[in-house]
Amino acid sequence: MTELVKVGFEEEDVHRPTDTLQGPIVVGQVLSLVKEPQTNGKTINWCQVRVVPEGQDQTLTGDGIDPSGVQGIICGAHNFVEGDKVVVTLPGAVLPGNFHISARKTYGHLSAGMIASVRELGIGEDHDGILVLSRIGLDPEIGTDAMELLGLYDQAAEINVTPDRGYAFSIRGVAREYAHATGTTFTDPASRVTAPAELSGGYGVKINDDAPIYGKPGCDRFVARTVRGVDATKPTPPWMVSRLRLAGIRSISLPVDISNYVMLELGQPTHCYDKDTLSGDIVVRRALAGEKITTLDGKERALDAEDLLITDASGPIGIAGVMGGAATEVGDSTSTVLVEAAHFDEVSIARSRRRHKLPSEASKRFERGVDWHVAGIAAQRVVDLLVELAGGTADQAGTDVGNAPGSVSIELPQAFAAARIGIDFTEEQIVTSLEDLGAAVEKNDGGWTVTAPSWRNDLETKEDLSEEIARLVGYDKIPATLPVAPPGRGLTRVQQQRRRLIQALADAGLTEVLSYPFVSKSANDTFGVAEQGADRTAVKLANPISEEQGFLRTSILPGLIEVAKRNHSRGFRDLALFESGLVFLPGGTVGTASIPPLGVKPSDEVLDGLYDGVPAQPFHFAAVLTGHDSPAAAGHAPRPWDWADALDLARVAGDVLGVEVLVSQGSHQAFHPGRAARLSLRNGEVVGYAGELHPKLLAASDMPARSVALELNADALFDAAPDVIVARHISTFPVATQDVALVVPAEVPAADVLAALREGAGELLEDVALFDVYAGKGIEEGKKSLAFGLRFRANDRTLTADEASAARESAVALAAERFGAVQR
Amino acid sequence: MTETLPGAAIPNPTDEAAITAAVDQAVAAIAGAGTLDELKAVRLAHTGEKSPLSLANREIGKLPKEQKALAGKLMGASRGRVNKALADRTAELEAENDARILLEETVDVTAAPRRRRAGARHPLSTLQDRVADIFVGMGWEIAEGPEVESEWFNFDALNFKPDHPAREMQDTFFVEPPEAHLLMRTHTSPVQVRSMLERELPIYVLCPGKVFRTDELDATHTPVFHQFEGLAIDKHLSMADLRGTLEHFARQMFGDEAQIRLRPNYFPFTEPSAELDIWHPGAKGGPRWIEWGGCGMVNPSVLRAAGIDPDVYSGFAFGMGIERTLMFRNEVGDMRDMIEGDVRFSEHFGMEI
Repeated sequence: MTELVKVGFEEEDVHRPTDTLQGPIVVGQVLSLVKEPQTNGKTINWCQVRVVPEGQDQTLTGDGIDPSGVQGIICGAHNFVEGDKVVVTLPGAVLPGNFHISARKTYGHLSAGMIASVRELGIGEDHDGILVLSRIGLDPEIGTDAMELLGLYDQAAEINVTPDRGYAFSIRGVAREYAHATGTTFTDPASRVTAPAELSGGYGVKINDDAPIYGKPGCDRFVARTVRGVDATKPTPPWMVSRLRLAGIRSISLPVDISNYVMLELGQPTHCYDKDTLSGDIVVRRALAGEKITTLDGKERALDAEDLLITDASGPIGIAGVMGGAATEVGDSTSTVLVEAAHFDEVSIARSRRRHKLPSEASKRFERGVDWHVAGIAAQRVVDLLVELAGGTADQAGTDVGNAPGSVSIELPQAFAAARIGIDFTEEQIVTSLEDLGAAVEKNDGGWTVTAPSWRNDLETKEDLSEEIARLVGYDKIPATLPVAPPGRGLTRVQQQRRRLIQALADAGLTEVLSYPFVSKSANDTFGVAEQGADRTAVKLANPISEEQGFLRTSILPGLIEVAKRNHSRGFRDLALFESGLVFLPGGTVGTASIPPLGVKPSDEVLDGLYDGVPAQPFHFAAVLTGHDSPAAAGHAPRPWDWADALDLARVAGDVLGVEVLVSQGSHQAFHPGRAARLSLRNGEVVGYAGELHPKLLAASDMPARSVALELNADALFDAAPDVIVARHISTFPVATQDVALVVPAEVPAADVLAALREGAGELLEDVALFDVYAGKGIEEGKKSLAFGLRFRANDRTLTADEASAARESAVALAAERFGAVQR
Repeated sequence: MTETLPGAAIPNPTDEAAITAAVDQAVAAIAGAGTLDELKAVRLAHTGEKSPLSLANREIGKLPKEQKALAGKLMGASRGRVNKALADRTAELEAENDARILLEETVDVTAAPRRRRAGARHPLSTLQDRVADIFVGMGWEIAEGPEVESEWFNFDALNFKPDHPAREMQDTFFVEPPEAHLLMRTHTSPVQVRSMLERELPIYVLCPGKVFRTDELDATHTPVFHQFEGLAIDKHLSMADLRGTLEHFARQMFGDEAQIRLRPNYFPFTEPSAELDIWHPGAKGGPRWIEWGGCGMVNPSVLRAAGIDPDVYSGFAFGMGIERTLMFRNEVGDMRDMIEGDVRFSEHFGMEI
């Protein structure tokens, strides 16, 4: 069946009983049965079983095969008597579970084979006793191949059906596709059923849908047929059981099996009612407030006003197209069956199925679309099988109400398919392909008028038809041409900045990782805002994987810390990790109350509404460092990461983007209160935090003390990057360096003093750097000494010592004015 | 150390035999010096102020005039020989000394510590860049969009009918409250819609990014993964152009031998639709076709939703998973390795892929 892949049906699996079951397995008749009580309290049967018709020779040979045609077999089951025909697995046979049958000594006899149960054969669950063939309505000749008899040579291919092809949920549909794929002749199984052209005088049925969805009636056809004198207890023939089993459907009772079998064959779900349990006319209608039904699975379900129901005078007897009700179910005592074959609206069925979480074989077909025209044929097929297999008699009278939907006509211009697919199709290819599908094709001036077959609700447009033509001619015939795009602009500036940033962090020795954006509310409350208790709204998921992690991240750090923990627990103590990605920051507007329809461009106003409803999602990056900067090694003492490394990485990020990241003493609940830096831009915008994580937070999350972290809004950095960097004049005049040590109050930030020096020194200053911080002996309590190196240079002359000193003095003067700095 | 040789008489500067003997003695001593220190002693003994040759030289002044020239010549040549021997030996000993010091400084280079930590990119991020570069090289542009998205962009604009099973098959994460019609994008296709609405025609864009489905994490599934989708909208594009583009891309990615195969499939946003397989000659367990992604011709309903006239323009689209590509290209056996963030996974790849 792998040929089906050519026409779009991927083979998922092949089901073949013979993969686990091998003969010889034959029909035998129990000639004699001797009950032998054992010391363990059990009684076993010592049986003589004829496996070759009397007077014929045993043609099988091998260990344990008795040439007489009679096998001696020990059997522990007691549900059979002398004369019963049973299934005998002879020595040499293999049963599911790789169970090899051989002649073996047991209970004082040589037992040469086994009398099998359905479970041992792998075709059922019943293990109460062995399979007595008369009980499933069989009386085969002794010696018959039991695998043949039970349909165990049947095979099934399991294929994947795409959601547009409802018709392929049937042998009728798949056989047609198989013919497309292989060129074999297709005979429509529906054509072998003779149904009356018209029905009348049958069971009363009314279709009364007062609330169609999207204007489409929930039910547009209802066929009802009556079969009397049915013996519902008759066994289902093994060929049918085998086919149902291969399709994944359990045999339940003959009427139900027939209904399922016809569904598999023709794609039309049908339902059998015990007619004697019905009262009054059947009415198809929407549910009323407060109505309830107990469905076939025994569950009571509250119905919704949108549910389409099958009802009678007693109330609901089925959720249309989804599941029947328990009260009108066929049972062993049923003798008159009312067969329903109806056609329902896809959307109505899909909604009921979803609402009641009832994915049935019927709903699967109805919500994808069933052929309107096959209902009468399917009902007839069920009737025929009930007559043939259950001994019933069909009423001449029947019911068929509803209106056929209009057929879909599609204009297919002559050259359209060729232009869309890129294959120069011949007229014959186009017409033959469409006719093979079952479409009616009529030539017109500019091309063809194509009427889609009634089972192909997916064919609506000329594009749909071109796919069908390409599919039947073969996708492998499509040539390859390479279209040339117009000159492009390459990566956008932001895309380049993003790459540069990520590469720079990796080059700085960090390892890039990814984590999920799902976090807990408390993680967002801790990391999303600087101040405890401050308000940050987060996006909550309606159906998260875990309720615990039910929110989208407003910060990358919670996920990254989890990754760090995982690595730490796996024995990696020295870590420098970073992650970049979007965070989710909902604003005032969340989403839109409605969404525009499909297939039409919404107005600008509606589009703006859609855009505005989407939460802001800036691109952030974050890093976590713990342990040391490198592995310890002979001759090398690694340095522990500290708060300054976190700051440094923020500045590296700024450097590679050409953006100055300003550092000030910060306060953020996730960070150590004295070791956190607020990171901002020249315009004052706060873009992130860096420093040592709060010791309590580290302890609570089992992270090593002194772990450090940073997080920055990278989008804000990208935005602040200069478009053009203006070159600076490079002076070749000699440098004049001067050092200065300033005593300032301990709480004054070094960066502020440095900024004052820079400002006060004026244009001659080329650079200034803090090279020492000292407090202690010689410095007044509560003060500290900051030592700066100042580098002066002029663009046009060699500076004199006096000029350099004057500049230094004016730098110191400004620091003195602002912070009371005193030169040491 | 004495400055003169013990018991040596002052040679007569005119006595060639005596002077030669003194010179020979000096040259022998120089040659015999084994270290620079010994050589220094030898130099002082044989060329110092009280050395026989220096003393003999000083005697020249006392000689009669007619002998002075001869003695001067003899002494000059003699002292020249000694000085040359000294210089040569000094150079020799210095070279030996230098060589010895360098030899003594020998280290075991195999015991060198790693001082710098080599960083690493996540291979999904590296692969994403590699894919983008191939398309940028073809003149395409890279388009991006939000991960939390309006339902309209993710479904309706892409021709997913509200009650169609295809919509449910996407296993969507919805955002609270559901009435707000926000969700986590299930594919990067909403970026295609945004591109069509925002860009000038023709359009050739690649949309890489994260997407979300409500799958539990296991060896082959993850609720968060990455895709790249391509979209081309132009006049006269056909499925042959789609195949040509995918073939070109596959060859850039996997080499000139790469082959692709299209199989019929269904997506609401394309018609015709196809499944894309790639021939993987190096696959574990032998060469075979591997399912790589989906593609097709853009459904006219999608074009109309973006205000593009489907009678004038046509287009194709395709989409592949980056995780999946990495799994079969680089033989990653377990999805979890890609998402747990174990440093060994990224570090094994370094900056490459």
